[in-house]
Amino acid sequence: MIENCDQIFVLLRHWLVSFLPAAWQQTAGVLLSVATIVCLFPALFALTTVFERKGLARIQNRLGPNRVGPFGFFQPIADAIKSLTKEDIVPLSADAAVHFLAPVLLVITVFMGFAVLPMGRNMVLVDLDAGLLFYFAMGASSELAVFMAGWSSRNKYSLLGAMRAVAQMISYEVPLLMSSVVVVMITGSLSLTKIVEAQNHYTWGLPHWYIFTPWGFAGFLMYAIATTAETNRSPFDLPEGESELVAGYHTEYSGFKFALFFLGEYVAMFSISGLGTTLFLGGWSAPFSFLTWVPSWIWFFSKLMLSIFVFIWMRGTLPRLRQDQLMNFAWKFVLPMCLVNLLVAGLWRFMGDGWLRWVVCSAILLLAYAGMGLGEMRKQRLGPRSYRYAE
Amino acid sequence: MLGEGILKGMAETAKNFFGSYFSAARMTTVEYPEHRIAPYEAARVFPFLVFDGKDWQAGMRCVACQICEKECPPKCIFIEKSKDKKPDALGKLQFYPARFDIDISVCMSCQICVEVCPFEAIKMDTEFELSTDDRFGGLLLDRKQLAKSNQYYRKIHPAEAAGVDAKLAAEKVKADAKAKFTAEAKIAAIAGEGA
Amino acid sequence: MSVVFYLLAALTVAGGLAAMLLKNTVHCALALTVAFAGLALLFLNLDAQFAGFAQILVYIGAVAILVVFAILLTRGSETPKDGVFSRTWLTGLAIAAAVFAVLGWAVIGSARVLPHETAVPAVTVQQIGVALVGRYVLPLEIVGVLLTAALIGAVIVAMHEKVEHEKEEQK
Repeated sequence: MIENCDQIFVLLRHWLVSFLPAAWQQTAGVLLSVATIVCLFPALFALTTVFERKGLARIQNRLGPNRVGPFGFFQPIADAIKSLTKEDIVPLSADAAVHFLAPVLLVITVFMGFAVLPMGRNMVLVDLDAGLLFYFAMGASSELAVFMAGWSSRNKYSLLGAMRAVAQMISYEVPLLMSSVVVVMITGSLSLTKIVEAQNHYTWGLPHWYIFTPWGFAGFLMYAIATTAETNRSPFDLPEGESELVAGYHTEYSGFKFALFFLGEYVAMFSISGLGTTLFLGGWSAPFSFLTWVPSWIWFFSKLMLSIFVFIWMRGTLPRLRQDQLMNFAWKFVLPMCLVNLLVAGLWRFMGDGWLRWVVCSAILLLAYAGMGLGEMRKQRLGPRSYRYAE
Repeated sequence: MLGEGILKGMAETAKNFFGSYFSAARMTTVEYPEHRIAPYEAARVFPFLVFDGKDWQAGMRCVACQICEKECPPKCIFIEKSKDKKPDALGKLQFYPARFDIDISVCMSCQICVEVCPFEAIKMDTEFELSTDDRFGGLLLDRKQLAKSNQYYRKIHPAEAAGVDAKLAAEKVKADAKAKFTAEAKIAAIAGEGA
Repeated sequence: MSVVFYLLAALTVAGGLAAMLLKNTVHCALALTVAFAGLALLFLNLDAQFAGFAQILVYIGAVAILVVFAILLTRGSETPKDGVFSRTWLTGLAIAAAVFAVLGWAVIGSARVLPHETAVPAVTVQQIGVALVGRYVLPLEIVGVLLTAALIGAVIVAMHEKVEHEKEEQK
């Protein structure tokens, strides 16, 4: 019974596909899974927009939207109707083909990432051997869409926003990949299902999630920072800073294309949080060994939504980083910490089991963090403000 | 320690988030139009004409002196004096306004008309939900729409109305005393003549 | 040779042709990206998962963006007035034909050397990794040094411009 509940979607798929002739069953099964993903994550996106608006509102001492539906939960329907019925304005001098293809490319590459995420036991769309590499390849392609959007609008603010966005995304790709490489080093495989299975063991009731190891904790923090920067999320949202660049690279988009950009950003957030849960938080495994009766997909989606709530929380708390502060942070702090983390993970692997490796690894990481942190803060020469006038 | 500020900030916003469900200090929103905040003592929107008693025409304090019309900066008041006179609260015969129009789309709520009125006849109202879709006459209020009773004035500006009432009562007492004095003087004069 | 191979080959060649023939330079760069994608799909068609995804990650995710940045920063996005065909196209054609002949000879020659390969060798990522740090460690380190040199060179070029700019301001 518990087993059935856990595998309910797999069994449902088998049952639905069994109505078709045998030659078509494989393709039909895949198409069914793809259709599920394409319907589920936009629905989750709609829910997240309400949570975000209400969450931010409550943090800021106000109510969020509360008129449409019970407690405002039908607000996304109103938003969808609005964006579908708005006029689609394309600037006269804009590059029409590229302007049209940019949101399309973004949405395609963002949805491709879901193909390798294990959302439950036996619930991966494609179990690739190089699954993690595939995911990052798709993530890298989405940056091209951002650039295309900014350039094709023939608007200097869009172009500036796009350049900033692409520079930021490329800078933070390196810490993103490096903090995931640590997990690959310890697991010994690029396949995401194997990574989850390696974390699905329990000692004294506690799980073997990688976040509970020193290198995993540091890696998770750096992954979280890189994720926030990759998806242009506050406090790294200068490219779409409403007060600076109107709307950044999607200034010239209206109606449904803007909705597609918005969708692409949030779905990218889901997919990258999903990858974070898979790599560090144990994917679909339960937090305690006595809770394994709860279906695995519930754990995956709970951890995903928890990550999203933390994103919303950060957005409500932190002020926006300036572009140069952002880039400094990436190259001068996060990247060296990632390299130290690689070293520490190597030490962990070759020190063998025992309490010594915990102490040594934690000590190295804390020393590096404190040292680099103090070094950076001492460099902050906050003197009197000086002005430079344009010549 | 690097990162301490972020954690403290996040703790504060978490407190705000959970506190907003329980404490009014963290959720200061008033959901208009289901709930309204009571207007303050000194709130003002547009002027209205005060009348004493029950009949708005007989009790209207305005004597059509046209001072407010002259002092109004955007000239939104239009007054036409009457041809006949009617008795006011002190019994004296005064003119009254046959027409008293205020164009509230022009009025800038400066309260100058209230400050210059010698008869405490025009005061500031707090009614602001006056939107209408009649573009041509909907925001031009005539004297019937502008006339509101002294009880209403006491309700919206209690302290101010109490002051005005006290002042008018004192004037009435003085006028009565003067009238009594002149009446007694007349009787004494007639009695003296008769003797 | 299956239908999929022909389709992917057509896509790659079309991307390459478009990269040559289009007038707008940024369009050319995007067409080149399509050619890269076609190449990656060809790798995937041959079951070389690592090579295919690495191609997407590196070429489309980094090199294509580098190309468009370079175009933008050097004002090459304006349509050239003299047209895209150069005057020395005959020499270019001769050189291209020579290179193609050498490559074709190498590819066909390799088919003669490995005639018994019917099954696709399954190369896992682990084998690639072991080979990189075992047998091919010297080329790996040399490539690393080369990339570091390029990085330092880029920083120096950018710094030089800043120093020159400051010197001009002081005058």
